Amino acid sequence: MTALPETTQTKLGLVIDLDTCVGCHACVVSCKGWNTENYGAPLSDMDPYGQAEGTFLNRVHSYEVVPDLGTAQTVHFPKSCLHCEDAPCVTVCPTGASYKRTEDGIVLVNEDACMGCGLCAWACPYGARELDQAAGVMKKCTLCVDRIYNENLPEEDREPACVRTCPAGARHFGDLGDPDSDVSQLVAERGGIDLMPEQGTKPTNKYLPPRPKDTLDTDIDVLGPLLAPVAEQPKGFLGWLDRALEKL
Amino acid sequence: MHPAPSVIFFSVLSGAGFGLLTLLGFGARATSQGWPAFVFFAVGFVLAVGGLLSATLHLANPKNAIYSFSQWRTSWLSREGISAVAALSLMGLYAALIIFFDIRVAPLGYVAGALCLFTVFTTAMIYTQIKAVPRWHQPLATPALFLSYALTGGALLAGAVAHAGFLFLLTALIQLWHWNGGDKAFRNAGTNMNTATGLKGAVRQFESPHTGDNYLLKEMVYVVGRKHAFKLRIIALLFAALIPSFMMLGEVKHLGALIAVALYFTGTFASRWLFFAEAEHVVGLYYGKR
Ligand code: SF4
Ligand code: SF4
Ligand code: SF4
Repeated sequence: MTALPETTQTKLGLVIDLDTCVGCHACVVSCKGWNTENYGAPLSDMDPYGQAEGTFLNRVHSYEVVPDLGTAQTVHFPKSCLHCEDAPCVTVCPTGASYKRTEDGIVLVNEDACMGCGLCAWACPYGARELDQAAGVMKKCTLCVDRIYNENLPEEDREPACVRTCPAGARHFGDLGDPDSDVSQLVAERGGIDLMPEQGTKPTNKYLPPRPKDTLDTDIDVLGPLLAPVAEQPKGFLGWLDRALEKL
Repeated sequence: MHPAPSVIFFSVLSGAGFGLLTLLGFGARATSQGWPAFVFFAVGFVLAVGGLLSATLHLANPKNAIYSFSQWRTSWLSREGISAVAALSLMGLYAALIIFFDIRVAPLGYVAGALCLFTVFTTAMIYTQIKAVPRWHQPLATPALFLSYALTGGALLAGAVAHAGFLFLLTALIQLWHWNGGDKAFRNAGTNMNTATGLKGAVRQFESPHTGDNYLLKEMVYVVGRKHAFKLRIIALLFAALIPSFMMLGEVKHLGALIAVALYFTGTFASRWLFFAEAEHVVGLYYGKR
């Protein structure tokens, strides 16, 4: 049913640390790996040996940021479905294929009902939905719903593939509806933000902005004194050679 | 937004078809019966149904289209489907009674006509509701635009010359209003690189997340062809509105009417193409484009 739940107690989502992400795209690859062989239709590649065009549920953008003061900075920016509370993608869906789960707030697509109209992808301001060109159904991040509750997996693997993979620890998974959860604490501590708040989607996923650059008030050139030339004038054989050559 | 031909055809043709059926339902051509009545209704039905069929070409998985009648509580696309079926069924009954039995059940015509107009409104709302495309998200101007083009086309096809002349001018005004609001909409929506990324300062794309093309770029970040926008606007305004409205001042006979219809469709296609091609989706910001 494409009516949104009034509220959901549990709000599962991701917290992404823009300070720590190194832009390695490992989360993109592990996401595609897991999701192409599990929930729903595989994520097709249209031209795998050419332009490498295909469906991905997670993509990493990179930006150059020039602050008002100071030097430019590169920020890597992973983006996937934010599992919005007021998800416009759900309410526009004519078939009932798109829905938001009451129990944990995850937004999913039931591919057996999707007619591939693409309207939900238009409605999402974040570009989190891609219509698979081979299967003709809408694909989006499932928050690895088939991992996080999967009793067949060892406990440490019961989190989204991207979180499990991230080598930098830039991705965190948890319940953002519980103010005491680790992720909520992290968001509070680091001033986590919503993307495009003016679109009114109330995203569950939060982004931690890059930490402000610190400044050093001491001399950072600690090795400098040690690198000063030790002998101004060559001595011994080299000194003799130097003086002999000088005279020529 | 990508101007998909199937969707443009759909909204122009079915718009004119439903516009014609609306007027027929409200008693235009009330004196016709038998064959002449059949021809008018047939044109309306062919356009409306042809448009709807063309829209199904846009679906990537049409076998599930039947489910699209289920979500009328929240989805305008679902409402459009239901409204179209209801409008065409009732209008079919109304038309059959006139054509075969020479019985005109006026209230039935009103209800069917109102449903035809409502169907055009639901089509408009599919676009109007999309907040992520500020140019479309004009709660008054976008529905007014679709309704005025549909009714003008309907009046022209019904041969209601007196009404058509006035409607053409109204369409021109609404079109200008929609362009004017649309040109400011993105800025007024307040979505920009900073709100999109949450980063402070001047933000520009350093590297795209993928080397190839993708669905998002093709569907939502359609930037080619906007350079002819101004010329197309002039064509739309002249062909779909101003020239036909002047033609309506005189005595319009068969050939003249045919020319007016051809002009109307050319202009309306241009306007509808622009409606898509000029519409910028906020997701473009993530790619450093609009
Ligand atoms: S990020 Fe997009 S796809 Fe995901 S819930 Fe929000 S609007 Fe829907
Ligand atoms: S593409 Fe599928 S999930 Fe999206 S709105 Fe259409 S039917 Fe619903
Ligand atoms: S795996 Fe982690 S560090 Fe690498 S791009 Fe993804 S979020 Fe960033």
